[in-house]
Amino acid sequence: MILDAKIPEGPLEEKWTNHIKNINLVSPANKRKMSVIVVGTGLAGASAAASLAELGYEVKAFCIQDSARRAHSIAAQGGINAAKNYPNDGDSIYRLFYDTIKGGDYRAREANVFRLAQVSNNIIDQAVSQGVPFAREYSGLLSNRSFGGAQVSRTFYARGQTGQQLMLGAYQAMMRMVGAGKITYYPRHEMMDVVTVEGKARGIVTRNLVSGKIESHAAHAVLLCTGGYGNVYYLSTNAKNSNVTAAWRAHKRGALFANPSFVQIHPTCIPVSGDYQSKLTLMSESLRNDGRVWVPKAKGDKRHPNDIPDNERYYYLEELYPSFGNLVPRDVASRNAKMVCDDGHGVGETGLAVYLDFADAIKRDSREAVEARYGNLFEMYERITDENPYNQPMRIYPAVHYTMGGLWVDYNLMTNVPGLYALGEANFSDHGGNRLGASALMQGLADGYFVIPYTIGDYLAGERTSSFSTENPEFKQVEKDVQERIDKIFNVKGKQTILDFHRRLGKMVWDNVGIMRNAKDLEKAIEEFRALRAEFWSDVKIPGKANNYNKYLEFGLRVADFLELAELMAIDALDRDESAGCHLREEHVTPEGEALRNDKDYAYVAAWKTNNVNGKLDVELVKEELKFEFVELKQRSYK
Amino acid sequence: MPGRFADYVLDSVNEHMSFLEMLDVLNEELMNRDEDPVEFDYDCREGICGSCNLMVNGQAHGPRRLTAVCQLHMREYNHGDTIVIEPWRASSFPIIKDLVVDRSSLDRIIAKGGYISTKSGSAPEANAIPIEKLISDESMDYAACIGCGACVAACPNSSASLFTAAKISQLNILPQGDTERKIRTTTMVDQMEAEGFGDCSNHAECEAVCPKGISITSIAQMRKDYMKAVFA
Repeated sequence: MILDAKIPEGPLEEKWTNHIKNINLVSPANKRKMSVIVVGTGLAGASAAASLAELGYEVKAFCIQDSARRAHSIAAQGGINAAKNYPNDGDSIYRLFYDTIKGGDYRAREANVFRLAQVSNNIIDQAVSQGVPFAREYSGLLSNRSFGGAQVSRTFYARGQTGQQLMLGAYQAMMRMVGAGKITYYPRHEMMDVVTVEGKARGIVTRNLVSGKIESHAAHAVLLCTGGYGNVYYLSTNAKNSNVTAAWRAHKRGALFANPSFVQIHPTCIPVSGDYQSKLTLMSESLRNDGRVWVPKAKGDKRHPNDIPDNERYYYLEELYPSFGNLVPRDVASRNAKMVCDDGHGVGETGLAVYLDFADAIKRDSREAVEARYGNLFEMYERITDENPYNQPMRIYPAVHYTMGGLWVDYNLMTNVPGLYALGEANFSDHGGNRLGASALMQGLADGYFVIPYTIGDYLAGERTSSFSTENPEFKQVEKDVQERIDKIFNVKGKQTILDFHRRLGKMVWDNVGIMRNAKDLEKAIEEFRALRAEFWSDVKIPGKANNYNKYLEFGLRVADFLELAELMAIDALDRDESAGCHLREEHVTPEGEALRNDKDYAYVAAWKTNNVNGKLDVELVKEELKFEFVELKQRSYK
Repeated sequence: MPGRFADYVLDSVNEHMSFLEMLDVLNEELMNRDEDPVEFDYDCREGICGSCNLMVNGQAHGPRRLTAVCQLHMREYNHGDTIVIEPWRASSFPIIKDLVVDRSSLDRIIAKGGYISTKSGSAPEANAIPIEKLISDESMDYAACIGCGACVAACPNSSASLFTAAKISQLNILPQGDTERKIRTTTMVDQMEAEGFGDCSNHAECEAVCPKGISITSIAQMRKDYMKAVFA
């Protein structure tokens, strides 16, 4: 199989504009006759659904939550990047592009990333016109702050709720079209599988989460905007319902899954407190603008942090990375936190935490100023930990946060299955081996508002005369497959709950495919995943019935998919015998302990095809070689 | 469909658990005894998605101010306490199962005007229209609504006035939202009524339970704008 990324010819700056000029269009009269299914209503899904409906397509939008507004994009805190250069500090589209490519450790496509930077400014314009209340200066103009991995201030924000505000903007745009009758809206519906007819995606099969009814929906194209797979680790900052099922089902119907081992571990989360813990809470990276990260110099120092004098504190990020200091990219910050804790300097009851200290910022700028910037985050921290971060440093530790890997897509955001698209975190395309802060919101909205409305027309223009419906035998077959899967999981009638399995899976993935990986542990983990999967299918217990609201059935089916995905993640991590971005192979580090890439052998996207799952995953690796024509590949340095 | 109360005794609760983690533990115990778990809604568990919706001892989201129930911790309670948990109570939120209710009526209110009609790609430069910082901050105060419906559950009239007014106020006070001010206000208010929500009679229970502290000044704004739209 040969992958064609369909990257347009020409200079970097002209690829997207030339592409728009040359691709096919669908006339307004024909758009009305064409339908598009959008699965997931986060930033990518809601913005795509709204934009396509505005263009005149007939859109069907599905989400698993009780309202589209609750998609997990809502929880993003810190901000959204754009190359507006309002602060006059030397930013530009090229610099945003360069920072993103470099931040991703040169494992993303140049052309996609440049386009992302190009449309970033339109997103801010769009959001402001929707009434998104971004932070402003007294002049009435928009305010910016800085974020990890950049030396300019290009991040727009709405208090600590930027994701919420952008999400509501997209949700409202979508609901406007629901009100106008241009979007049919299906909340509390889960996509169980994708349906292909003659090799093209023609619809999906869903489960109504209230009635349990299995239903088919047909359309000319299907967009998966279903987010990432961080919950494979059980504990992550993802919402409890976030899952890989839509993407994994598509994968098993032939869509390639790219770079599954590229997972971002966010450095500033509230540490784990006990085994009943159901999720981890992120503290926005923006806190690192003013917070100083440190651990006691002495190992096992149990003194209260306020009793440890400055000269007995190890401000390891400031010392090791003097030019970026506490604002190094996320992977670097996470790795260093793990290393100082592994080395015995960790704090708190478990020893798996470091301090994030605001005492100097409060002294410098006043408590009020710090409160204005981070008030809601401080409140959230206090609610969870019962400690007041104005009076003592926060305790933080890395947690799984975002998955750069995802369904392989070409420049048009289409997977290798014609008519099947993947947008936002569900695709692999823009962040390479590591995503920079405030770039996820940018990418989700870029894909939905400003990329897919153009690129989908190129495909749909050729689909005007195609004829298909949910009466096709292909739909009936997939409905049958879905029903069999549900019957199968109920019929196991085992002894262990889904949570038992999910916790064990999560720990295995965290221990072996986490912040640091090595060949020996990965090989062992692959065997363990297979064994756990076999145990799951012989001993899982699903309560209740299939024909009504049953959250544990939903979880059971999703965990079954995570159990397969975990093996592919380990296979991918083992194949990538280099370090790149978040993927740190212990065999490949520089003398300073930094990730050591191997551009000669591994400058490729690892796109995987799973032919069969029978005890083990029968997989094939398809490589998309990455060509760097415009940037020079350098050892990433934030020193 | 009438519901019923069931009594459960839990021994393994500690003060660091969140309220919903306590329910997770209950459900694990029930499933291990081959009983059906108690269904309840949740997603982000960090107080922003608005999924969770529990009446705890008669208070929407429980006893702690400015806190959604997913962010409530068991340290609020003492060993031996009895906690009564109910779903949101409002006829416009029909019960689905156990503690899960249908809040799609709130979506339908938004679909009637809770937006600014700007098409993708048609926006002017973001800094073309300066907005006074105080206005922008006030708009953000209203925009913080998470759509959980606690305001409805706490209101003796089961009114969705705080929810509706928060969205109307967020958009109406911005220059971008001014053009559609009248139509937005009347259609959203009319839809609220059509969904069977009651009217506001100034009890302010909604403000007291709102996990985001949204002020009832928004309701005053909504009424002012409604009067202007109807009589002007």
